Amino acid sequence: MIQSSEVFRIFQEHRGDAIVIPTGTSGRHWREFTTNESRDLNLGGAMGHTTSAALGLALGLPGEKVVLFDSEGALLMNLGILATIAGKKPENFCHILLDNECYATTGGQPVPNAQEINYAGVAKEAGYSTAYSFDDLEEFATNIEQIMQDTGPVFVSIKVVPEVENEPIGMRQRAPTRNRAETIRDLQSELGISAD
Amino acid sequence: MVEQQAAVLSPEAMVEEFRKNGVTHVVTIPDSETNYLYELMQEQSWLDVVPASREGETFAIALGLIIGGKTPVCLIQNTGMMESGDSIRGMALDSGFPLVMVIGYRGWNRHGVITDSVARYTEPFLNAFRINYYLVEQDADSHRISVAFEEAKNTKRPVAILVGDEYHGFNR
Repeated sequence: MIQSSEVFRIFQEHRGDAIVIPTGTSGRHWREFTTNESRDLNLGGAMGHTTSAALGLALGLPGEKVVLFDSEGALLMNLGILATIAGKKPENFCHILLDNECYATTGGQPVPNAQEINYAGVAKEAGYSTAYSFDDLEEFATNIEQIMQDTGPVFVSIKVVPEVENEPIGMRQRAPTRNRAETIRDLQSELGISAD
Repeated sequence: MVEQQAAVLSPEAMVEEFRKNGVTHVVTIPDSETNYLYELMQEQSWLDVVPASREGETFAIALGLIIGGKTPVCLIQNTGMMESGDSIRGMALDSGFPLVMVIGYRGWNRHGVITDSVARYTEPFLNAFRINYYLVEQDADSHRISVAFEEAKNTKRPVAILVGDEYHGFNR
């Protein structure tokens, strides 16, 4: 398993101008490495539907590279989205799954069939153009340049170390960060999109 | 002999309303009663049809499209709307963007007894989410679709169109 912060450290070197959507407990590390916050988007959550929103963004902005950092617990809530994405074939969409095999935000309980399921295999058979699977940081580092050049939809599954949270949500310390509305406003401003 | 409904809501009227209101994408799960509407939408060069796997996806896909500057519509059945509850909350209501959702009103009828539970719960569901709605049964009602677009734009909230002609105009 790989530390998710290391995944983000290496990804940042190859990000270019991509719009990045981090999610889940692992995704919070992105803000330690991003150098272009106006192209980072917090889409919030709704039982796994951040993935769907990321697809909508990729369809709405076909000239922009869109990279989603998803989590396996969220994806399992709406696995059919893989077929939806594959059906629309967004060439600008890169779907990276940080798989920690558990619901880290609720205490670390395992997701269904955590160690057996092959997410990259599911995505590939659903119709993604390309699918990768990594459990080794060096191998990910070797392939990330190609991944960012591949025609989408591209799926990348990475086994990461769980960072389990046990405190009640209301008692957790939150680092200061922009909320969803602010990230949307900043992205639209960056892209010259009117909110009206 | 059973008298047929004389006035229907035609797919052409619905698609024309979409065109008039600048719709770019229809995010949808087709149902057996709206197959001709689906075919007609696919024939429009200005309209991109986005088929979803589950209704909850449609509101989230729509949010992404809206952020990207597009004007989507969610077109689903009332059964799927109920399945979409948390997506409507998190992706539509909480985001503060205008969105028109076109909902097939399965089980509804004006003159008989409504026996289908999904029809009985459709309007209470929308009321619980404080989503305003307009009933559209025939072409003469189709101007209400533009009213819904205008209201969604002014309030930056989702507004629903309940299609009460599910078993007639959209199927040929």
